[in-house]
Amino acid sequence: MGGSLNANHLMFLGYGALWTIGLSLIGLLGGGIAGFIVALCRISPSRIVRLLSAGYVQLIQGTPLLVIMFLTYFGLPALGVTVSPLMAAGASLTIFVSAYLGEIWRGCFESVPKPQWEAAEGLALSRSQRMMKVILPQAIRIATPPTVGFMVQIIKNTSLASVVGFVELARSGQIINNSLFEPFLIYTIIAVIYFALCYPLSRFSHRLEMRGGPARIELEAA
Amino acid sequence: MNLNLDFAAILERWPAFLDGAVLTLQLAFIATVLGTVIGVLGAIGRRSSHPVVARICGIYVEAIRNTPLLVQIFLVYFGLASLGLKFSAFTVAAAALTINVGAYTTEIIRAGFDAIPRGQIEAAEGLALSRAQIYWHVVMLPAIEKVYPSLTSQFVLLMLASSVTSQISAEELTAVANYIQSDTYRAFETYILVAIVYIILSLVMRAGFWLLGLVIFPRRRRLGTPL
Repeated sequence: MGGSLNANHLMFLGYGALWTIGLSLIGLLGGGIAGFIVALCRISPSRIVRLLSAGYVQLIQGTPLLVIMFLTYFGLPALGVTVSPLMAAGASLTIFVSAYLGEIWRGCFESVPKPQWEAAEGLALSRSQRMMKVILPQAIRIATPPTVGFMVQIIKNTSLASVVGFVELARSGQIINNSLFEPFLIYTIIAVIYFALCYPLSRFSHRLEMRGGPARIELEAA
Repeated sequence: MNLNLDFAAILERWPAFLDGAVLTLQLAFIATVLGTVIGVLGAIGRRSSHPVVARICGIYVEAIRNTPLLVQIFLVYFGLASLGLKFSAFTVAAAALTINVGAYTTEIIRAGFDAIPRGQIEAAEGLALSRAQIYWHVVMLPAIEKVYPSLTSQFVLLMLASSVTSQISAEELTAVANYIQSDTYRAFETYILVAIVYIILSLVMRAGFWLLGLVIFPRRRRLGTPL
């Protein structure tokens, strides 16, 4: 129909793949910062903050990312706020990731053994000192394998940005397919590229998990 | 910024939303049932002593878990078409969701199998239970009971993910929303409403799975504790 797959098409796909990586990093960074705040709110001493943040997590985890994308891209302009596809996709991913990472990290905070919190309190450290000097360094080690694993989810979910017209890997595949009409070949290539991005992270996360985290090894040595 | 919300115009379209929600639940139900079957078979396959079978199941799980659902749906949709097979969008959507969730359930159920202590199986052998009896009573049921919470959250995620099938024009909830917003120009209200419907659906599914758990795992009901 429109010719065959050539180097230009592959370049275009490569460019799309770069945007997939870029969007994933935006989601990880934005969602990571927001998720950290969510996690802190979930273990806050204030009951109302805990309830509100739990409500936020429930709301976001009960809504498909696709609907969040549509809401930001089509819904906000209806309210008079103009958003570009990149802004809509970045904001949606940030919201989505913050709920999931917030919940994962809350679990990590809570799995730091209770005596560590008590000992830190017994040493008369302030709340922020306890957090920064005692809990956080241990929680980060517990959090590393599931966070790396969740990065795979982020990369896969960036494909949904294609529905608001953001040209990342899936969208660039659709565009090429519209001119060549070789869907099976093109979507197989797309799938292989996603696999190449995600599989190393999956393996790495699995390896970290199997090792039981560096924390435990050092404890055994000591 | 002129805030001028009109939910009434959207709410009067409730029969369409209801149809979409029913279709979403149907997709989720089909994929949950078939996905569980695939998951059990896949988990048995992954533990198979036959290296080729174990390898194929492993490749299936890794291929699905490391690629986006959207791309899988396009592959099934266009792949079937290029083989000359014509199916409705609903059938393709159900098939793609089943293939997708099957990989996740395979991995979850396999983890359940791995958590059965070797001693339990040896004890069952000592009691002269047959291979089939051991597999069913000592391995399968306790394994599924152990991973039941992870399985059910996976199925709720699947229901939410079924929104992606709107991209191949399956007439589920998100597709209905897309249609209504393009018809009424009330995008914000439409998607807020749809988000609320999804939240209700996920709460309903969670409650349903909790009740189902009480029915199929009587031990949990009697003792009030998980295994």
